[in-house]
Amino acid sequence: MNLRANWRKLINVVMLGLSGMCTLLAVSLLLFILGYLVWQGGTAINWAFFTELPKPVGEPGGGMANAIVGSAKLLLLAALIGIPVGLLGGIYLAEFGGRTWSFLLRYATDLLNGTPSIVIGLLAYGILVMPMRQFSTLAGGFALGVIMIPTALRTAEEFLQSVPRPLREAAMALGASRWKTIATVVVPAALPGIVTGMLLGLARIAGETAPLLFTAFSNRFWSPGWIQPTASLPVMIYTYAIAPYEDWHRQAWAAGLVLLALILIVNVGTRILLSRRTPWERL
Amino acid sequence: MAMSNKASERGIISQRAHFWFQRLHEGDAVAHLVTLIVASTVLVVTGLLVYELWIDSALSRQKFGWKFFFTSTWDPVFESFGAWPFIFGTLVTSALGLLLAVPVGLGAAIFLAEMAPPKVSSALAFVIDLLAAVPSVIYGLLGIFILVPWLRTSAEPFLNTHFGFLPLFQGPAYGVGFLAGGVILAIMILPYIISVSREVLLAVPPEQREAALAVGSTHWEATWEVVLPYARTGIFGSIFLALARALGETMAVTMVIGNTPQVSSSLFAPGYTIAAAIANEFTEATGNVHLAALMELGLVLFVVTFILNGLGRLLILATAQQGTARE
Amino acid sequence: MNQFPNPATALPKPIPREGNSAQASAGKTGPKIQVSRLNLFYGEKQALHDVHLEIAANCITAVIGPSGCGKSTLLRTLNRMYETIRSVRLEGEILLDGENIFGLDVTSLRRRVGMVFQKPNPFPKSIFENVAYGLRINGYKNSLAESVEKSLRRAALWEEVKDQLRKSAYILSGGQQQRLCIARAIALEPEVILMDEPCSALDPASTGRIEDLMLELKERYTIVIVTHNMQQAARVSDWTAFLSQGRLIEFGATPDIFTRPKKRETEDYVTGKFG
Repeated sequence: MNLRANWRKLINVVMLGLSGMCTLLAVSLLLFILGYLVWQGGTAINWAFFTELPKPVGEPGGGMANAIVGSAKLLLLAALIGIPVGLLGGIYLAEFGGRTWSFLLRYATDLLNGTPSIVIGLLAYGILVMPMRQFSTLAGGFALGVIMIPTALRTAEEFLQSVPRPLREAAMALGASRWKTIATVVVPAALPGIVTGMLLGLARIAGETAPLLFTAFSNRFWSPGWIQPTASLPVMIYTYAIAPYEDWHRQAWAAGLVLLALILIVNVGTRILLSRRTPWERL
Repeated sequence: MAMSNKASERGIISQRAHFWFQRLHEGDAVAHLVTLIVASTVLVVTGLLVYELWIDSALSRQKFGWKFFFTSTWDPVFESFGAWPFIFGTLVTSALGLLLAVPVGLGAAIFLAEMAPPKVSSALAFVIDLLAAVPSVIYGLLGIFILVPWLRTSAEPFLNTHFGFLPLFQGPAYGVGFLAGGVILAIMILPYIISVSREVLLAVPPEQREAALAVGSTHWEATWEVVLPYARTGIFGSIFLALARALGETMAVTMVIGNTPQVSSSLFAPGYTIAAAIANEFTEATGNVHLAALMELGLVLFVVTFILNGLGRLLILATAQQGTARE
Repeated sequence: MNQFPNPATALPKPIPREGNSAQASAGKTGPKIQVSRLNLFYGEKQALHDVHLEIAANCITAVIGPSGCGKSTLLRTLNRMYETIRSVRLEGEILLDGENIFGLDVTSLRRRVGMVFQKPNPFPKSIFENVAYGLRINGYKNSLAESVEKSLRRAALWEEVKDQLRKSAYILSGGQQQRLCIARAIALEPEVILMDEPCSALDPASTGRIEDLMLELKERYTIVIVTHNMQQAARVSDWTAFLSQGRLIEFGATPDIFTRPKKRETEDYVTGKFG
């Protein structure tokens, strides 16, 4: 009897200990990834990385200035697609949506959200690259924008819906029409959350690589305008990492560090922003 | 009190007559229409996606039919394409990823949901969510320079020496291959499994747990025999979602799997996955049939992830409803 | 008679105000609001049954009754707030100064019939912007500061907040927030103010201040208040309507309702036998 009780206690301690170790493993993975990137990337990064173009194969030095600008342009295009569609779509779902349309829209959004990013790349290839017979910033930005839509739309909807009903009624009781209520009370009240959602959406697509391979492609030089192929940080990491040159590996680490730092800063920053209590929580 | 008798139906009629006009006048109808149109672009994009995948893969679908899925030749020169090695590679790496990630993920979810104090739990859950935010290509970078060398020089020789009697662990140690793909996938889907399972476990009504503890169960027994079975469907749901992620995962796997279209019984051998094939060959595809075959691979990926995501979400929803129904 | 100076204001007054008399006299100049044959349905469920009610100008009319009797619903028909809920159907007629409210533009109706809610619901904006909100959305840009000050004074809040107008409305206490909401409602110079259990979320001291305020406000406004608190109805109102299960059981001068009710049901309720 006593033996059995002790056995059960032992199992209890062992299994709970194991589950704790699993957590430790997962958390230390992040620390390891971060630490390793900072170590490798930190020693490789220099001023030239941000200001110079890539050097031809075999020549040491050079940087990724064109890829940094390329990524910024791609993100700008994606934001131009993702933010309006996300915000207005979110407003539709939260404020106007009829039953059938809302169901269809949510369904399509979930479908897009679950679709592998490389498949979205195929879409951009089919409707932009093929007709234009040309890889372009435009096609890459479009692909990233489509990938961003589900995150942007669902977070916008969620935060708009969390604005308490009494606030809307107060505005309407003062003679505000529906859209004036939305524009002057509901959206401003939900704004911190919506901005957070948009930033997280951008952070998510900033690291996307696969859909860019055959839409934005790559470019060793500056990419003027919007319909030329362009370099981007994630694609550069990929190309440099699988190449057999020591110096390129070094630069891949530097690019990885820059990219990951940006993404983690956005993630942590928005978390802090959101954890501040919203004033209408009590309503 | 003097009650009015002059009431009429006038009110209702004029209310109807003014309804549409008023809303238009105040911009409500305009706002409704504009947001509806913009929201509908989501439907348009989804429709276009299906249309493009279907139309652009037509050549391949007509030429190879169902044979596409079961043959192993992938020959751009003779325009003969069979997807089996890619499907095989995708299935093997994903299965391996799940096999490694599910126990660890579940363990961590149990710790976070059942043992850690709420504040610690949500802080750790946030750190784990950060893991999910790390881009695929960075996992690939670490895979190439850390995981692959380690597998080649330590892990694979070790497995070969001790478990070499299994066909799984025979053959030369390349480093790159199915094993590397599986391990990197395991690391990448781990955060998804942990965070969804944690949510599901937290949704289990506390009375269930307390009831088990009240009859003298240890903490672990209450978790293993009551809480986990209660949350079973939801946990399966999280596994389905993770599987869908793993199947569509491209960059990290492409960087470590070796990119050789072959079917092999050894995990050490290099292989290929559907997503990796699209990533590598799309820009180099010359013939229309080759492009169509790659598009068909994309179509397969789309359909499979669509089904898995649907199932996963359904299971999680079922658990959530079961949880409230029994309260 | 006016306690406050009446500075020139940009607000138009579509209907000339009926006398400022504080005496309850429904029949003298015609009722401010007249509700006839009002039926309201939530989907299949009928929430109001054939309600007839006349609300006198510059009086406080209290609507009392057990919870779920439809008193809030009745109140929300008067400024058509019920329309914000889907699948509501309404039959009957409501006249404001003899004009059918369903023929009016809904936003201008709500400008004339203001509302104060159960829980204080200031916007996440500054104190000033809260009061100015109604003015801004209705297009008034002139002398905003003046109107805001006037409204805050009338809501007996000015002295407490005049140095922190730019601060968030959420720094105020619950009672102050509710007075801010009243100021927000009266900034538009409405003719009628609807109050939906305005004190239910407040402590007794704040409740007392709001009740005093109501007695002051009825000089210029017609007030309809829904309350579950019978003492409150007896203290502040001139007229009382008793509602039960969606039907208007009895309506009369407040002293009559509380001391000489005609219906058995009313008597049971006001003496506490009901429910």
